[in-house]
Amino acid sequence: MTSVFGIPVAVILGQLMLGLVNGSFYAMLSLGLAVIFGLMGVVNFAHGAFYTLGAFAALLALQLFGINYWVALIVAPLAVGALGMIVERLLLRRVYGLDPLYGLLLTFGLALICEGSLNQVFGATGQSYPVPPALAGGFNLGFMFLPLYRAWVIAVSVVVCFSTWYVIERTRLGATLRAARENTPLLQSFGVNVPLLMAGTFGGGVALAALAGVLASPIVLVNSYMGSSLVIVVFAVVVIGGMGSILGSIVGGLTLGVVEGFTKVLYPEASNVVVFVIMALVLILRPAGLFGRD
Amino acid sequence: MKLRMLTVVTAAALAAAAGGAARAADEVVIGDIDDMSGVYADVMGAAGVEVVKWAVADFGGSVLGRKIAVLSADHQNKPDIGAAKFREWADQNGLNMLLGGSNTGVNIAMAKVAAVKHVPLFNIGPGGASLTNEDCTAYSVHYTYDTVALANGTATAIVNAGGKTWFYLTADYAFGTQLQAAASRVVEAHGGRNLGAVRVPLGAADFSSFLLQAQASGAQVLGLSNAGTDFSNSLKAANEFGITRTMKPAALLAFITDIHSLGLPAAQGLYLTTAWYWDLNPETRAFGKRFYARFNREPTMDQAGAYSATLTYLKAVKAVGSTDPDKVMAQLKKAKIDDMFTSSGYIRADGAMIHDMYVMQVKTPQESKHPWDYYKVVKKMAGAEAFGPITGLCPLAPAPK
Repeated sequence: MTSVFGIPVAVILGQLMLGLVNGSFYAMLSLGLAVIFGLMGVVNFAHGAFYTLGAFAALLALQLFGINYWVALIVAPLAVGALGMIVERLLLRRVYGLDPLYGLLLTFGLALICEGSLNQVFGATGQSYPVPPALAGGFNLGFMFLPLYRAWVIAVSVVVCFSTWYVIERTRLGATLRAARENTPLLQSFGVNVPLLMAGTFGGGVALAALAGVLASPIVLVNSYMGSSLVIVVFAVVVIGGMGSILGSIVGGLTLGVVEGFTKVLYPEASNVVVFVIMALVLILRPAGLFGRD
Repeated sequence: MKLRMLTVVTAAALAAAAGGAARAADEVVIGDIDDMSGVYADVMGAAGVEVVKWAVADFGGSVLGRKIAVLSADHQNKPDIGAAKFREWADQNGLNMLLGGSNTGVNIAMAKVAAVKHVPLFNIGPGGASLTNEDCTAYSVHYTYDTVALANGTATAIVNAGGKTWFYLTADYAFGTQLQAAASRVVEAHGGRNLGAVRVPLGAADFSSFLLQAQASGAQVLGLSNAGTDFSNSLKAANEFGITRTMKPAALLAFITDIHSLGLPAAQGLYLTTAWYWDLNPETRAFGKRFYARFNREPTMDQAGAYSATLTYLKAVKAVGSTDPDKVMAQLKKAKIDDMFTSSGYIRADGAMIHDMYVMQVKTPQESKHPWDYYKVVKKMAGAEAFGPITGLCPLAPAPK
């Protein structure tokens, strides 16, 4: 078998593939964070909790109402996004204009309350969500067996990420959103309902997190802690990509997923810190992030 | 003014709380320090406190004419919190006995307090066999299971069934490495070979990379040297990536709650070792039924162990007519334990409670006849075989010549 640096090519290709799968989750989650930070200036520490809520929404929809995966893929993000809009209207809007630290503390508190409540009601062990029959099985790539479901995750992520980027960077709606961040009073004088725009933006970012949660539910056990460890990595991705940069979060997410995948082969013990080492290096060498603008 | 009012009210509330917490000297106080809200909360947790109260009630609610009180606290998987709470209860609440819940690290920290405060400590939830070796104390009883017994059970059964080559997926902390070491010794002793291991950070989000490495090793057996969510998620991914078609998975520690959350389609065929299962005999079924009626699930071996340990302690107190820790420990190490948990248990000089262990195989969905009908007994191991000989690492118990 051919090898590069003593690692068989099959292993390299396999880890590349798995890295892209994990990177897809990082990209989708960091994208939501980047949207919320970039357009609203809020550091949303509850992002992991909304991801968890998305997974629970899918699980409960199935258990209580027999709603299948495909419907949940649409309904769960909408429901969680609506919840996000309520949170924005009731709580988050009160900290606009203050130091970003206030928003961070508020959302962090919300995340703890959410995780604690889910733990209290559903227990700590977690529950299985079945892989939808249409996506069961997989195909042999020659160098590895790729479950169909994981390929699906990559496909959804690419479509969602590109659509989001397009809407924000290339459409009139996106321009309006960006203008709201730049100069709120001016935009309001043009008759734009900025508070509604803000609520919609937060709801949209949160819906992205919930969508990632629904996508993750057949892969991992659905439990109250599933988002809490992930969100820290995702924050690192956002910092590396450049706070608030849409493109940075997408490219950063996919790249770091792959880097982490290779670390799992070369030095597995470091696989949960490698992202943070890169974050530290980026902060030293290019504090605004790889795609950030100073 | 407002602030002063608040201070006065707070002080009054604190005084009232302290007064309420201070137990009269004529009570026998049993404590339970466990993970009540974190990743291990379903293994023992709040239901564990409840069964301890059942044991107290079943014993009659009092011993030597003194009422029995039960305290509980959440150690949050932090050794310092567990040890501090234990010390506080020993100093201020007249604690007579402590049950240690999940987490080896926390239990090692609490064992050090037991040695200083002379309070019997029943380690119910932790796996680390170091608790009866280098970390042993004169007041420790390691009650439910340990890493040595788990490895002796599962690894022996699989090697003898033809699974000769092993690769381990090991949680990268004390418990995981102790478990891997114990299993490796057993595999080699029975003529098998260890082909390697990958150390996985605790709480990894994705296990597929590690699993492909395990598969590339060509080993026949995938030794899952982890626990809880890590165990469930790694087995789930092993199924998804088709690893289980070429490798036989072995759970080195799995609780019935883990099997329940995975579901039989994912867990079927898995070998594991347990100290207790609800469907072994009429006594275990009765306890299971009572637990199910209250919690709508079957108890884990730790919950059964917590009930049994409480009764074992109270019986010893009654037998010596005193809560004097040295007298009670001497009695505990003489007594036979015969209840719903085990019929032939005894506590060895090093503090290990020696009892039968069961090697189980998880049933297929077709074999399972009703909810929670999950295990079939592969082998019942006598206590001496399961827990192995005294090693001599504990100063209280020299190794046999």
